[in-house]
Amino acid sequence: MKLLTLNFLTCAVKACKSSSDSFPLHPKECELVSDTIPPNPQLIQNVLPRLDWRALSTTASELGFPTLPENAPTLEELQKDEKMMAELHTLLLETSVSEGMLVCGNCGHEYRIKEGIANFLLPNHLV
Amino acid sequence: MSFEQDIAPERYEEQHVHEVYEQIASHFSSTRYKPWPIVESFLQSLSPGSVGLDVGCGNGKYLTVSQDVFIIGSDRSSNLVKIAAKHEPHSAVVADMLTLPHQVGRFDFAISIAVVHHLSTPERRREAIKAILDCLKDGGKALIYVWALEQKSSRRGWDEGHEQDVMVPWVMKTGKKNPNEDGSTEKTFQRYYHLYRSGELEGDIVGVGGQVVDSGYEKDNWWAICQRHIKS
Repeated sequence: MKLLTLNFLTCAVKACKSSSDSFPLHPKECELVSDTIPPNPQLIQNVLPRLDWRALSTTASELGFPTLPENAPTLEELQKDEKMMAELHTLLLETSVSEGMLVCGNCGHEYRIKEGIANFLLPNHLV
Repeated sequence: MSFEQDIAPERYEEQHVHEVYEQIASHFSSTRYKPWPIVESFLQSLSPGSVGLDVGCGNGKYLTVSQDVFIIGSDRSSNLVKIAAKHEPHSAVVADMLTLPHQVGRFDFAISIAVVHHLSTPERRREAIKAILDCLKDGGKALIYVWALEQKSSRRGWDEGHEQDVMVPWVMKTGKKNPNEDGSTEKTFQRYYHLYRSGELEGDIVGVGGQVVDSGYEKDNWWAICQRHIKS
């Protein structure tokens, strides 16, 4: 599962949605894989305003990536900065979690990621 | 109303929807590749970089329509999600539509094609529509498709006045290597459907506080494009 996807996922437990602790989910014991995906600068530029940059920074640092700049680049900055574009491409689209867990910071529930696919089905007592 | 009212709807759907799709996943997927035109044009009308959901994505056939938007598909069937997850640049996760792992008000769009009709009570169908609408930003739009009761000319032949809660067979060839006990080589699975009558989908959308932007009938299905109610 790509890190871009992780920026749009939260805990499936209804009561957690109103808590800021439930987003982003925290990776635990995650194995990362790197895929080679053709560059898609257009998609990255267009998705950029929809990203939650703070959440992305948290996810990146929890997975051991170098610290991201405090604020998201503006479109002009990104267009001028090939290195930044390449780094974002690698981080958002090429890096994915193959195995591990995603943990809710509010309720502590752990969602399993297996063969790159996260499972958000809840046990009966949490529905 | 559903059959076998004595069992919980969650359990009923597990038996008569989820378990069936899990078993027929690859055969089902091989028959589902052609996008329906209204869904295709909805996805192509989105501005580039839009981020949205495909709730009940099945094998992900709508994840192939546009590479300019980013879609997170979800489905109850992990066997179908495995197939759906292969469509770059998109993603797919295993999730229940009534407990979606997404924030409220975050998404530009959502689609849910031929999914809501698998829920076996009116309350759960409305809850599903509300769950989809809740994910949308102000101005975000969802396209929902459900099977129609009025489909006289289809091979099923249902029409107005027919029972709306039906079991629909899926016949799968088992192959000669895995014949049934009686030697036959076909296995039939029954899936539960609620067939929507004219106006019912719009009623469900309005009933949970949504607004219908457009709606219609296409090839035995009712569809509606809807959004969250904008507070004035």
